Amino acid sequence: MSIILDHVNYIYGEDTALMVKALNDICLTIPKGQFIGVIGHTGSGKSTLMQHMNGLIKATSGHIYFNGEDIYDDDYDLKKLRSKVGLVFQYPEHQLFEMDVFSDVCFGPKNLGLEKKEVELRAFDALRKVGLPEDLFYQSPFELSGGQKRRVAIAGVLAMKPEVLILDEPTAGLDPKGRDEILGQIKQLQTETGMTIILVSHSMEDVAEYVDRIIVMNKGSVMYDDVPKKVFAHYKELEQVGLAAPQVTYIMHALHEKGLDVKVDATTIEEAAGDIVKALRGKA
Amino acid sequence: MLRDITLGQYYQTESVIHKLDPRVKLGGTLLYIVSLFFFKNYLGYVVAALFLGIVIKLSRVPFKFMVRGMKSIIMLLMITVVFNLFLTPGTPLISVWKLTITAEGLKLATTMAIRLVLLIIGSSVMTLTTTPNNLTDGMEKMMRPLKIFKVPVHEVAMMMSIALRFIPILLEETDKIMKAQIARGADFESGNLIKRAKALVPLLVPLFISAFRRANDLAMAMEARCYRGGEGRTKMKPLVYKKRDYLGYGFVVIYLVVGIFVGRL
Repeated sequence: MSIILDHVNYIYGEDTALMVKALNDICLTIPKGQFIGVIGHTGSGKSTLMQHMNGLIKATSGHIYFNGEDIYDDDYDLKKLRSKVGLVFQYPEHQLFEMDVFSDVCFGPKNLGLEKKEVELRAFDALRKVGLPEDLFYQSPFELSGGQKRRVAIAGVLAMKPEVLILDEPTAGLDPKGRDEILGQIKQLQTETGMTIILVSHSMEDVAEYVDRIIVMNKGSVMYDDVPKKVFAHYKELEQVGLAAPQVTYIMHALHEKGLDVKVDATTIEEAAGDIVKALRGKA
Repeated sequence: MLRDITLGQYYQTESVIHKLDPRVKLGGTLLYIVSLFFFKNYLGYVVAALFLGIVIKLSRVPFKFMVRGMKSIIMLLMITVVFNLFLTPGTPLISVWKLTITAEGLKLATTMAIRLVLLIIGSSVMTLTTTPNNLTDGMEKMMRPLKIFKVPVHEVAMMMSIALRFIPILLEETDKIMKAQIARGADFESGNLIKRAKALVPLLVPLFISAFRRANDLAMAMEARCYRGGEGRTKMKPLVYKKRDYLGYGFVVIYLVVGIFVGRL
């Protein structure tokens, strides 16, 4: 139950003046149940990479295996793959089209050819999982707030019961409260269902708290692929490619330089606070 | 797939043709198209193709881009050729079943095909070497005399430039929404006509909504910058003819003279 990318290359606009090498020899293994953050600057190829995972874009060269099967085989059922690897695009609320929220969420499972009852059951379940209040289920999706629309759109993909859920910048354009709520719910979803989740973002702050592993993309290549603590240790290199470690990392490094005995690899505010208190007590 | 449409797609490079005043290019293209319908023999088309070839060479746009625009009219081209081939009365050449190819039909079909191909490539040269903004600037200035007849020249030009600007944006948007719906299991490619038309609803509804949203935002942004139509509006870069533009006109005139002289022999 995993996705394996084997030497994947992708070139945009081959043989034209505007040729861009979007992905450069990507090799990755994504095991079941992991919560992964994919970080990269705009144009680093992270969105392109995600669209490879469910076969929306075909690699120029290389292979992708899902559960041991090559998705580029002639007889491979891409439609089935897309139900197993759910992809939530950037600003997913722009894809809503139905008269009411509930029917919109039904669109995905309906396309899988399921029975009406099962479709509705899944839609209901998905909407509950994203925490949308029930009195909104039969309203027009266009009357909801930005954050609510986004939940509906995420539910639309969740209702297909994917094994892997990929979210491309799910918090873009949301206020801090909306952001924390959505990320919290995604984390909860992962712990409850054991689903593999890939979270694409350009903000370390977003992912640091939640993920088990961070993949840093730069100019179409994988720059770092490790647990958050180890990735953030490279905070100086990250800055050079236009990214930044969480603010906590900087504070801890600054304190350490001033002679306070703290661990520099704290990734969350709680962890850092505990560590600082401990260090100060030790000093006194 | 959707990216193959060349209309309104500018090819960025440095060349004499790119630098020409848009009025020269507009006028030249118009005269060129009209000239295609004046020729009486094939020699005229040779001259026209030669002229076009020189312009393409000067423009430094790869020939591939011109041909790409042809893909969209291939159906139209086929229909024109077939209809002219079989439905022109005259001396029969070959006769199969009820279909007859006449000598006149053959001639007409070839002429029409050549005309269409030259016409499309000729106008793509203009759109490929002129930014949409420049193009509408040129149109606005050329059509200024129509103001006497109360034609809202500036408004029409503005509408055109906005429409042209939005073509690539909306294409990109279509591509994005299409992908998002395919990721949710939508199927745009199989089934009969009715099924396919129905499958377009999840694409068209979000597309229209996004187009309206963009239009709204743009209108707001324009008003916020005090846009209120063409009255008293000046240009940052007014169009002024330079030496090369007169040379350009001269080149077109030479082509016309030679073409009509040779083509109407």
